[in-house]
Amino acid sequence: MIRFFRKFRWPDWVILAVLMAFFSYIWFTIEGTLNYSWRWHLIPNYIVGWHTTREEYFANILLQGLAATIRISIYASILAVILGTILGVARCSANLTVRMLARTYLEFLRNIPPVVVVFIFFFFLSQQLIDALNLERWARGIARQENNGVWEFFFGEMRRFPSLVSGVIVLALFESAFVGEIVRAGIQSVPKGQREAARSIGMNRWQELRYIVLPQALKKVVPPLANQFITLIKDSSIISLISVQELTYKTVELVASSRMIFEAWITTAGFYFVVCFSLSRLFGRLEKRNTRDER
Amino acid sequence: MTGVSDPIIEVTNLDKFYGDFHALKDVNLTVHQGEKMVICGPSGSGKSTLIRCFNGLEWHNSGQLVIDGVEVHEQSKDMRRLRQEVGMVFQQFNLFPHLTVLENLMIGPMKVRRQGRAQAEATARKYLDRVHIPEQADKYPAQLSGGQQQRVAIARSLCMETRIMLFDEPTSALDPEMINEVLDVMVELAQSGMTMVVVTHEMGFARKVADTMVFMEAGEIVEVSPPDRFFTNPSSERCRLFLDQILEH
Repeated sequence: MIRFFRKFRWPDWVILAVLMAFFSYIWFTIEGTLNYSWRWHLIPNYIVGWHTTREEYFANILLQGLAATIRISIYASILAVILGTILGVARCSANLTVRMLARTYLEFLRNIPPVVVVFIFFFFLSQQLIDALNLERWARGIARQENNGVWEFFFGEMRRFPSLVSGVIVLALFESAFVGEIVRAGIQSVPKGQREAARSIGMNRWQELRYIVLPQALKKVVPPLANQFITLIKDSSIISLISVQELTYKTVELVASSRMIFEAWITTAGFYFVVCFSLSRLFGRLEKRNTRDER
Repeated sequence: MTGVSDPIIEVTNLDKFYGDFHALKDVNLTVHQGEKMVICGPSGSGKSTLIRCFNGLEWHNSGQLVIDGVEVHEQSKDMRRLRQEVGMVFQQFNLFPHLTVLENLMIGPMKVRRQGRAQAEATARKYLDRVHIPEQADKYPAQLSGGQQQRVAIARSLCMETRIMLFDEPTSALDPEMINEVLDVMVELAQSGMTMVVVTHEMGFARKVADTMVFMEAGEIVEVSPPDRFFTNPSSERCRLFLDQILEH
């Protein structure tokens, strides 16, 4: 920390001083009129609560929300990578119709606001799917069982399973468009000579893609995909609108019941920040190590 | 000439366009089994385009191209079988960077010819020996010199047990000190009786192995003649000028 400040020159101090003066002024102006009583001391209880009858700690709504967000993000990413790879390959297809369908899907998703996309997917797609598969009854069955610890670990509260599924589907469909573009860029970054070499030893189009192009392309798309994963975590807050009980939804609930508007939202912002920032640092470091190994 | 017999490549009235550009103009050419043909000519004369038509990396617009009794055209069902018979060595090597040298050699036999791993590996090692770099088997292409990479590329084609080898300026991307190691391998290959069509400006190599010299300019075949006449007394003025230019240095 001291070493950090030693790098400061006088312009840095001036800028900092001006900013601090500005924000203190705003703060003191608001403080007089805001009349808000801060209750920060209540927040930890909503992260990890104390069960008075069972006498043990349990994950309270904020932590439950965070866990749901992480679960949904992971499943949605996996699904999005699968769909996105198919989409990316389709975008490079030799067949015009396949290329056009992929392009249409992509352009729709790119030019419609995320919230609208989420509602459309939810009402027209995932709800019908859940009804068709009879997921609701199946999940309730598991929720009633005694030993459903493994299920709960992977999917959270089983009664909420259908909503988790629609959240994952909606998010994955939405993100797959962007993953698809990343994959397409990766495929197109593989030099033409590689395809020609593959073809000249007699490979067909599928073998060429499977053994030569995709392995090289996927290696190149890992860093942008990692960043897309972080974006997906942030985008997952949108699905609170379709009542998926993730972090943002839980925060809305908490604010509604406790009126701790500022504390709750700042805590939630902190959660998102810590998760996304540490992942971005982690990926950055992994990437640096990977490029060092390569010759 | 060693073992020249039946025609294996027959080109009749071949035309090729890139949009309005007339890349190949009424090309007629015959390559016999076991023949070594060297094609030279100024850049942009259509040499590469011609041999790329031979294994379907480019498609001709009119005329006829018959290789090993199979007519080459875009819808042909036999193209894949044909490509397995016709090997291609590129100017830029085009090795697969994500695979080791050995895997580069094995992937064709295993995935295309459906050979078992053991058999494919035996073949790969045999041809790696043939191009004099058995010790590089487990390295990645990026760890090899240009000359070594090009020799791996030759071995990769040989592993498919090809009957015809096409070379598209195989030494043009190499540093001067590496050219000979590649040419040596090609000379040995020529001596083994392989049918070869080579686009190159290496006239020393051409003198040593060529049965037939072809000179192309502006998409046309200007001269086809045996090397002794080609180098001493070419019949066309344009060919003479070209040889003067490249042999002067």
